[in-house]
Amino acid sequence: MKKHLMAYPYALWMLIFTIIPLALILVYSVITIDDAGIHFTLDHFRRVFEPIYLAVFWRSIKIATISTIICLILGYPMAMILASKNLSKKSILVVLFVIPMWMNFLARTYAWMTLLERNGLIATIIGYFGIQLPSLLYTENTVILGMVYNFLPFMVLPVYSVLVKIDKAVLEAAEDLGATPFIVFRRVIFPLSLPGVSSGIIMVFMPALTTFVISRLLGGAHFTLIGNLIEQQFLTTMDWGFGSALSVVLMLIIILSMGFAMRYEKENQGGGLW
Amino acid sequence: MEEDKLHEEIIRLVNVSKSYDGQQVLQNINLGIGRNEFVTLLGPSGCGKTTTLRIIGGFEMADSGDVIFEGKKINNLPPYKRNLNTVFQKYALFTHMNVYENIAFGLRIKKMDKEEIDKKVKEVLNLVNLRGYEKREINSLSGGQQQRIAIARALVNEPQVLLLDEPLGALDLKLRKDMQLELKRIQQRLGITFIYVTHDQEEALTMSDTIVVMKDGKIQQIGTPQDIYNEPVNAFVADFIGESNIIDGVMVEDYYVEFAGRGFKCVDKGFLPNEEVDVVIRPEDIKLVPVEEGMLEGVVESVIFKGVHYEMIINGNGLRWMVHSTMMEPENTRVGMQITPHDIHIMKKVKTE
Repeated sequence: MKKHLMAYPYALWMLIFTIIPLALILVYSVITIDDAGIHFTLDHFRRVFEPIYLAVFWRSIKIATISTIICLILGYPMAMILASKNLSKKSILVVLFVIPMWMNFLARTYAWMTLLERNGLIATIIGYFGIQLPSLLYTENTVILGMVYNFLPFMVLPVYSVLVKIDKAVLEAAEDLGATPFIVFRRVIFPLSLPGVSSGIIMVFMPALTTFVISRLLGGAHFTLIGNLIEQQFLTTMDWGFGSALSVVLMLIIILSMGFAMRYEKENQGGGLW
Repeated sequence: MEEDKLHEEIIRLVNVSKSYDGQQVLQNINLGIGRNEFVTLLGPSGCGKTTTLRIIGGFEMADSGDVIFEGKKINNLPPYKRNLNTVFQKYALFTHMNVYENIAFGLRIKKMDKEEIDKKVKEVLNLVNLRGYEKREINSLSGGQQQRIAIARALVNEPQVLLLDEPLGALDLKLRKDMQLELKRIQQRLGITFIYVTHDQEEALTMSDTIVVMKDGKIQQIGTPQDIYNEPVNAFVADFIGESNIIDGVMVEDYYVEFAGRGFKCVDKGFLPNEEVDVVIRPEDIKLVPVEEGMLEGVVESVIFKGVHYEMIINGNGLRWMVHSTMMEPENTRVGMQITPHDIHIMKKVKTE
């Protein structure tokens, strides 16, 4: 019974700062307020499906997906190296990996701006070789770079924590049964690491899909992702109804993609990969 | 024919040594293992038995010395190229696959066709008495069943040698006894070499053709279970294999030894005159007799009921004797003790380093 009591503060916190705001967003997304009072409406949702906004959704999903895939490709080997047995080298790697995390998110992203701008460090160095670079800043690829840079740890850590838990004897057993190191990876290590991979994918995809800071700083003022669009509705155009509708649709996309990732995880718990 | 096959050697370790972080775990191991033989590496933890097995399996490399398999050096061959399979201590099954996929793992790598894999998996499941378990998930099986799957997964590849690293350690006593007999049955039926690692002397005595007793990275004795039990080469082996009374004695001359303050006839010879020796007497070899008929006498200090026999500690001639007997003498009784020359085992003192 005491345990229940201890859950109350958290429940209260959730109620005030999560449930009520969520409910408010749901309400705002289906009402309009004018001189005559409050009316129910689906206009906000209708607007969401106008081609101009669908294009923003599409671009956000595309960029988040590309970033997630790059994080997976870079992060998985990194997690494997971290999880491998050599301790002395490992601690150096962990430190190298963690140090950037100590810096403020904005400072890190601003650092990329100074590196990439027209007269920035990278352009200057490459300029010495007589090569004139097009602008490195304010492109789609720059935004992807920023996302990969910022969200990579969220891929590495869950994969790493699953990999270190794999019993070494299981890998030896596979080798014992004739599996070359490559087959050991493909048939044992990788399938066993899938729960880590799927939570890594969720943890990178979600912030990548919703960010508005990275796209603002590295993509420029006219580079719009869903995050920017929602921010505009609430802070610039003050169209809370439309902003709420956008938020609801974004939430649905996230819930659907999480459901997909988790279903995939369950399917792979049993049975072979062949 | 059988006899010939038994003597044909399949594995030989030549001067194998290994150390971890400057600590020597194996010192000059020389060991030959025959075809069809059930060999047990026996010793207390840290004696190097598991390391020896891992070197044979290819999971560890020896610092020096050779591993010979069917006449060929396989020192640097990785495990997946060795024609032997291992049953691991904690089974090490693939939890992301069902029973069928676990067993089929090795066969799939060999690119065997589907029908043959089906057939072999069925056969080996019959062999380990788990018919019809193909579709079961690993986590739904009991420890004993998982162990059988681990054995089946190794055996299905038809290795010439099966390595077993304390495979029964996690099972309860009853199940362990059943599995001991079953492993022995499987080994005899398939006619392959088993190299078995355990610290359980009873297990070793029950199953093995040959026992290799190890201590501190060195082989102490190699022999049949009878040899090891009846003729241990030193006090360590005697003490490790079953319980023993180990007494300081002096070998006065051939066939005559003094201990516990008097002389005894014995069957050993070949020691220096008056050489100090260890005298080993098994608790079940001391007969309790009326005081006047005994060679030694003493007072029963404690009695413990052990099921099949009573274990009595008898204080006499300045020593405490452990005696096993089916007849109980109550505490504080004066008893006589008789020992036949055949039951007195004389051993050279192990030099303490």
